[in-house]
Amino acid sequence: MTVRVRTLDDICKPPVGAESSLDTQEYLVNMGPQHPIAHGSLRLILRLDGETVKEVTPAPGYVHRGIEKMCESLNYRQIIHLTDRMDYLSALMNNWLVSKTVEKAAGIAVNPRIETIRTLMAELQRLQSHVLWWGVLGMDLGAFTPFLYGFREREIIGALFEETIGARLTMNYIQPGGLMYDIHADFARKVKEVLAYLKPILVEYDTLLSGNVILQERLRNIGILDPKKAVALGCTGPVLRGSGVPYDLRKLEPYGVYDQAEFDVVVGTRGDCWDRYYVRIEEMRQSIRIIEQLVDNIPEGPYMVTKFAAKIKLPEGIYYGHIETARGVLGVTIVSDGKSDIPYRMHFRSPNFNNLWAVTALAPGWRIADLIAIQSSLDLVIPDIDR
Amino acid sequence: MDGEALNQAVIALEPAAAKREKADRPAVQVPPEKLAALALALRDEPALAFDLLLDHTAIDWIAEERFELVYVLYSTVHGHYLMVTTSVPRGAPVVPTVSAVWPIAHWQEREVFDLMGIQYDDHPDLRRLFLEDEWQGHPLRKDYKDDHMLGLPK
Repeated sequence: MTVRVRTLDDICKPPVGAESSLDTQEYLVNMGPQHPIAHGSLRLILRLDGETVKEVTPAPGYVHRGIEKMCESLNYRQIIHLTDRMDYLSALMNNWLVSKTVEKAAGIAVNPRIETIRTLMAELQRLQSHVLWWGVLGMDLGAFTPFLYGFREREIIGALFEETIGARLTMNYIQPGGLMYDIHADFARKVKEVLAYLKPILVEYDTLLSGNVILQERLRNIGILDPKKAVALGCTGPVLRGSGVPYDLRKLEPYGVYDQAEFDVVVGTRGDCWDRYYVRIEEMRQSIRIIEQLVDNIPEGPYMVTKFAAKIKLPEGIYYGHIETARGVLGVTIVSDGKSDIPYRMHFRSPNFNNLWAVTALAPGWRIADLIAIQSSLDLVIPDIDR
Repeated sequence: MDGEALNQAVIALEPAAAKREKADRPAVQVPPEKLAALALALRDEPALAFDLLLDHTAIDWIAEERFELVYVLYSTVHGHYLMVTTSVPRGAPVVPTVSAVWPIAHWQEREVFDLMGIQYDDHPDLRRLFLEDEWQGHPLRKDYKDDHMLGLPK
């Protein structure tokens, strides 16, 4: 009697042309649309060999709301309310961009009080956004504690916004011609209280997570993006600065009152995940520096320079404006036919849309776990990709 | 380089180019057949060195029966900006891809193809980006209509 002895090959068929059962086969895996590290609905199609990523194909569009199409039937004041639904963690900066571009095109000059409050609000939001990113990065890499810490600090800044603006997330505050409401009398004192609380917290972040050997192993020398490639791939913001390119609109083309504040543009040296991580940590300190210099000297004046519901018509033409949000350069192209207060065409250059493309160049060759670190270091907000 | 000098430098580089009026920054328009060559020259000319394609989009000028394509360029070397535009007829919106010059164009052109229906000649992976492959039409065109659209409030 013969007993048939089975081999591994009977269970898993080796690929065609394989020389032994140790040879592996490439396969496709969907990561998303619902995956914890996507922080929204983003689908990545991975071509894998074992655990090694061979190719990443992003398939976005799950949160596409057609914001650009909607803009073609709304006036400039109404559009403001759509912008904070794009990158909801940079809501005020998105408001500011449209206001700034419309003001420039329509020839509206705002007063120093408005500019100072706008700058303060934008920097507070950058802080809030980076604090949240830091917590979420920890969670993505398997450390749950930073997530709780990050959210705790985010809530404290959120309370500050809520007191002035009335909302915690989709904040409409900055509009063409000024602000929607004035800041309250106690604003400066409360901001200083929050800063005094945050400063030691940032030191705690370093001792809690940055110095952690596991985190360092997971981030250092992973996903290296050299400066030339980063520029060619259209990266901006902390991703580009992490690669050592000092492209920061706040410094290069100061808007608001950034020219009155002293701060440094933070750049990395290697362009790996760690550099992108530490650029953001350091940017938080710079934001605190900017706020500290401005908060005591908010000039007096009205908070609106136009009538509240005044129609704003832009002369015929094409206008491009941009701003440095927490994730990079948000640009807007406004095309006006000069006939009404509704744009003929409006297009947003979103930083997340362009930064996402970098993942296709960064991930191949790394393991799935490294892809998670790379994704986290890009700090993507999905509704801003899809718009 | 300042605005006017930049326009002159580009026109010297490509005689078929002309100033694009009514733009708030240096802007030139070129015929679509000259676009690929100009793109390469803009990137490689040391005095211009436009290495970052910040943005690419399209405008549907339905009354004039044309699409206007807009490229916003930045130079990380010199710190200057340039807007390049080109117009293609609405009936045959074909334009060469610039994805070989600026890799990010690969991604940005797919968005414009999806929403505006511009055909990019030689694009390595021309697929819809946000909408599913079976979607009919291109929503950002001015004459686009589907069953889900609501009318404008009167």
